[in-house]
Amino acid sequence: MIPSSRLYAMLLIFMLCSVALIARAVNLQVMETDFLQGQGKARYLREVKLAPTRGVITDRNGEPLAVSTPVDSVWVHPGQVLEYPENIKPLAKLLKTNPEEMELKLNQRAGKEFVWLRRRLNPDVADEIRALHIPGVNLQKEYRRFYPTGEVTAHVIGFTNIDDVGQEGLELAYDSWLAGSPGSKRVLKDRKGQTVEEIELVRESVPGRDLRLTIDKRLQYLAYRELKSTVLKHGARSGTVVVLDVDNGEVLAMVNQPSYNPNDPTHDADGMRNRAVTDVVEPGSVMKPIAITSVLEHDIAVPTTPVETSPGYISISRHTIRDHNNYGLLDVTGVLTKSSNVGVTKLALQLTPEQMWDTYSRFGFGEATGTGFPGESAGVLRNHKRWRKLEQATIAYGYGVSATPLQLAQAYAAIANGGKLHQPAFIEGSNNPPISAIDPEIAHAVAAMLETVPTAQGTGSRARVANYRIAGKTGTSHKSGASGYAAARYVSSFAGFGPASNPRLVCIVVINDPTGKEYYGGLVAAPLFSKVMTGAMRILNIPPDDYQTMLVNAVDSGGVGDDISGDISADMGGDVSDDVSDVAED
Amino acid sequence: MNSQILILFLVLIADVSSALGVVYTRHQSRLLAVELGALEALRDEGLAEWSRLQIEQGWLADASQIEKTARGVLQMQQPDKVEILVVRP
Repeated sequence: MIPSSRLYAMLLIFMLCSVALIARAVNLQVMETDFLQGQGKARYLREVKLAPTRGVITDRNGEPLAVSTPVDSVWVHPGQVLEYPENIKPLAKLLKTNPEEMELKLNQRAGKEFVWLRRRLNPDVADEIRALHIPGVNLQKEYRRFYPTGEVTAHVIGFTNIDDVGQEGLELAYDSWLAGSPGSKRVLKDRKGQTVEEIELVRESVPGRDLRLTIDKRLQYLAYRELKSTVLKHGARSGTVVVLDVDNGEVLAMVNQPSYNPNDPTHDADGMRNRAVTDVVEPGSVMKPIAITSVLEHDIAVPTTPVETSPGYISISRHTIRDHNNYGLLDVTGVLTKSSNVGVTKLALQLTPEQMWDTYSRFGFGEATGTGFPGESAGVLRNHKRWRKLEQATIAYGYGVSATPLQLAQAYAAIANGGKLHQPAFIEGSNNPPISAIDPEIAHAVAAMLETVPTAQGTGSRARVANYRIAGKTGTSHKSGASGYAAARYVSSFAGFGPASNPRLVCIVVINDPTGKEYYGGLVAAPLFSKVMTGAMRILNIPPDDYQTMLVNAVDSGGVGDDISGDISADMGGDVSDDVSDVAED
Repeated sequence: MNSQILILFLVLIADVSSALGVVYTRHQSRLLAVELGALEALRDEGLAEWSRLQIEQGWLADASQIEKTARGVLQMQQPDKVEILVVRP
């Protein structure tokens, strides 16, 4: 019987063994399959990010201003690379770095799984690295953004950082529109971390949308070139030119000095500001047409109403407001032509502060233009309840009120456009319906008065454009510093539009702190205005409207800009403080 | 009895052929996936080249380059205003 009982004992043991095996198998195959299969896949299945293409920014004619092109970035798994140290040398050679340094860097980061080795390689270098097939070295497709127009459009467009996120300008303002969304795909990777098979596309990457600007690359370049040479010639600290389309408020050109190279931004904050929208200036005499508009609106005067400006100064609240010369008896038009501070003060003080404030604010002063441009400034227009008499007088000739060049452009465009004000637009197809700012008749009257400024009698003779009728206003204002108005620091400006018979373009020139001998708006800003407008008229094929001068020119071929009158300096803003305004008289 | 064998035989044939069909379509789908991958790579390459060409064109058509060539190499100049003849509409 003994053998038989041993037999049964053995059988029992075998049965128990097989039951244990089956139980384990059931446990693994049935109870824990999900967990185990997941763990298994996690060891070779990887989700790879697919970078989206960032949208192209073009000018109004479709010329590319910002384009992304794919480049490869190389990243490593330091542990895997260090397993085969002999691979480091050829890799370092291709990346043009020191092999010892690279090895040190990898050793320091040995615990990590993902380390960028180099972002945005040249495509040929990337191909060579790919051909080496080094375990643990991977290439990731990324996009690098190029700006073919460089510093010319730098302020408007801005730039992106290394992760393709907009940092400045329209790249920042329209980041989500341009960016698109990243996709991903699942791939099989082998032990060395190299992709062996693509399994499925989880999400297609959605490319960013293109952005078509209202900027005209040709005008932008022209304005930039002329601005740069003017700023250099007069040793100015900075400068801005803005050109708007009168009919719809579209920004055709917006340039600033100093500028920077967006392809390699060095983070020089001074050059990066888009001064046309972020920096405010006290515009000085450029504001006078706005005050005169208010005077006409409230029937204080008509363009031919006589205004006595002698003896060339006027005392308001124990302060003296001066003209450059004693102009004697002028009419309202003459006040603008000669840029008489006394005349505009006398007229403006017949208005209530509220009436004047109302006109200014309808032109958009004291309120951001709403373009959505990052860092846009609203300027300063204080509430009329706080205006004293002196303040009202200074605001009439452009002190005590500040505005960005873009706001000035918007206001002048409204005058040129029969009183219809368009919010400035940077993007093609923007919805910016006109707001009726002032009565069309008054707008036409002011425009006609402004046509007398760029003449031999006016302060803006150098702003003239051959064969076109131009309207505009010069400005020269003292810069306000920490201790009141600085004696010898100025802002020269010119604001105007043309052709006067059917205005198409508005151009604002602001030159900040010209350090040369010339600083009057009529000498510094007006010639720049003339050059930009001359070029713009030609580029945009705008028909000439000044047949009279053309006929005269054909006879004696006399130059238009040669007869500069002595009145060019007259637009000097007479200052509230006496010792400063004396400076204007030398 | 005979008809039962016949049905069994037909089912067997259907089974085997559908199995072969599965193998065939799997193979086809792999081939198509490879082709799709190649075409996508081609598309990406084309897009990349297009963007590079756009940048290149942007640089070549840069206004300062054109101006330099026009004024320097081609000796072009803007006509003086007395040389412009305007036809009145």
